[in-house]
Amino acid sequence: MLIGHQPKDFLLAVSGLTVSFDGFKAVNDLSFYVEENEIRVIIGPNGAGKTTVLDLICGKTKATSGSIQFRGKELTKMKENEIVQTGVGRKFQTPSVFEDLTVFENLEISFPRGRSVFGSLTFQRDQLVKDRVEEIAEMIFLKDKLNTYADELSHGQKQWLEIGMLLIQDPDLLMLDEPVAGMSVSERAKTAELLNRIIKNRSVLVIEHDMKFVEDIAHKVTVLHQGQILSEGTMEKVKNDPKVVEVYLGH
Amino acid sequence: MIINSRFFNRSELMGFIALAAVLFVILPLTLDVFRLNLVAKYLTYAFVALGLVLCWGYGGILSLGQGVFFGLGGYCMAMFLKLEASSVENTKIQSTPGIPDFMDWNQITSLPLFWQPFHSLTFTILAIILVPGLFALIIGTAMFKRRVGGTYFAIITQAVAAILTILIVGQQGYTGGINGMTDLRTLKGWDIRPDHAKIILYFVEVVLLFACIGIAQFIRLTKLGRILVAMREQEDRVRFSGYSVANFKIFAFCMAAVFAAIGGAMFALNVGFMSPSFVGIVPSIEMVIYTAVGGRMSIFGAIWGAILVNFAKTSLSESFPQLWLFGLGALFIAVVLAFPNGLSGLWADYVQPRIDRLFASRKAKPGWNDNSVADGAPAE
Repeated sequence: MLIGHQPKDFLLAVSGLTVSFDGFKAVNDLSFYVEENEIRVIIGPNGAGKTTVLDLICGKTKATSGSIQFRGKELTKMKENEIVQTGVGRKFQTPSVFEDLTVFENLEISFPRGRSVFGSLTFQRDQLVKDRVEEIAEMIFLKDKLNTYADELSHGQKQWLEIGMLLIQDPDLLMLDEPVAGMSVSERAKTAELLNRIIKNRSVLVIEHDMKFVEDIAHKVTVLHQGQILSEGTMEKVKNDPKVVEVYLGH
Repeated sequence: MIINSRFFNRSELMGFIALAAVLFVILPLTLDVFRLNLVAKYLTYAFVALGLVLCWGYGGILSLGQGVFFGLGGYCMAMFLKLEASSVENTKIQSTPGIPDFMDWNQITSLPLFWQPFHSLTFTILAIILVPGLFALIIGTAMFKRRVGGTYFAIITQAVAAILTILIVGQQGYTGGINGMTDLRTLKGWDIRPDHAKIILYFVEVVLLFACIGIAQFIRLTKLGRILVAMREQEDRVRFSGYSVANFKIFAFCMAAVFAAIGGAMFALNVGFMSPSFVGIVPSIEMVIYTAVGGRMSIFGAIWGAILVNFAKTSLSESFPQLWLFGLGALFIAVVLAFPNGLSGLWADYVQPRIDRLFASRKAKPGWNDNSVADGAPAE
């Protein structure tokens, strides 16, 4: 087993990860490692288990066996909110923002302070919070929409808001599930620009289908197929792998 | 106020003043003591409705068992009053003097251990808050930590209400059974039955209600209030923003339980008895209906809902006793189908805009409603 042997500088070490739903192994003995400041893209055909891998890392789904180590801490034994507090942020595929709250309030809730019941009762909206919210809002192109209720935002703007909610948490590992899906061409370009800015100084794990986008940002690509790694390496290497061409890129 | 001038926004301030005027001035001046005492009875349900606004309206946790907490609060109060009414000289005709009459009828010869501390008023007041609060904490922890929610949670609260009713009815010797605890007389020697005592108790209750409104409004305005709203819509997003969703649900459920218990205690004082008919499934559902009719998102709406539906209940069940329950059911269906935000929703949609226009045309001065926009708070 690799446990205990991997070099210290891996931010995230997934080893022997398996999850089975009623006997169906959605993820099967998966191992991969993400380094500090690495941009890793996971690609693969539908049903390959990409989203399940993110669910496992962030604690939404419990692993059947295997280990997920983040900075030496075992995530499989932690609760979702504890995983977030260790520095893992997760964006969902469909934009999940709080529609009955304003953009400001959405970002404020994600601000990493006063996360206990008592803490949130005594939480003060001080200058630090306001400044940080405004800074993030500017980054995600929503500076003039701070007092808009989130249900009035367009699909693309909701996606940005959710990315902003992750940014304000300042996670060490950012996980994005199809961040440009369903966006218009201009929104897509803006999102790519946004992502390129926010991926600095942190590791990012992205699921994406848009190959051009993947080529733009990926340091390393992992191709998943039926819950297992089909190929891994640079985009160049993966693109020319005959197995990958056959199951995924070929059509 | 500690918060600042935004503790109530303008329409909430109007709601606050209107409610205070009606409860403190108009009703006491216009109603006779009998009717005022009925209002006091209605208001005990307003406490429950207030709790449901936080728990159901904001937190999205539908509890169909608030009668449990109303009952626990009410029984704690009634136990104290019953003990005081069962002094040795009042009960000298019993075979065991000095214990409540229903115990004597059930061949119990000494006061059970769990009744002993209810000789103390301080203990009783603490128990009114803590017993339902702890019970809610236990149910809440057991359910929410296991991610039981929605319909399942509602059904379990119903089951708890049914269980508690059966327990109270079954343990006649300890609880007074189906008749409940009747013939409550004095509070620390002060007779609660005459007219002047009813009036004083009414005002005590209204003051307590406003204190609870203050607490609910405070919670609503903190980040916790916004987290409750957020949780109702996107539970996962709250969880993945680093919050323990279960803890926040438990908190909302406990607050609702404590408010309901205060209402129950005031019921025992104002009405002068407590019985299992205010604990079970039917009263618990009625409490949800008051909240829905008034508006589950509105603190003042829910209170008006409790008052108006109970008023309608009294007047209609006097004339059409058979039809009343059908009327209540129809009202609930109508509210859910036609105006999900209840009376307060109707007010906000149709009446408030007219008032705003009236104000706007009278004083077209700018600057009185834009104070909250500048620092990022929504102008609700």
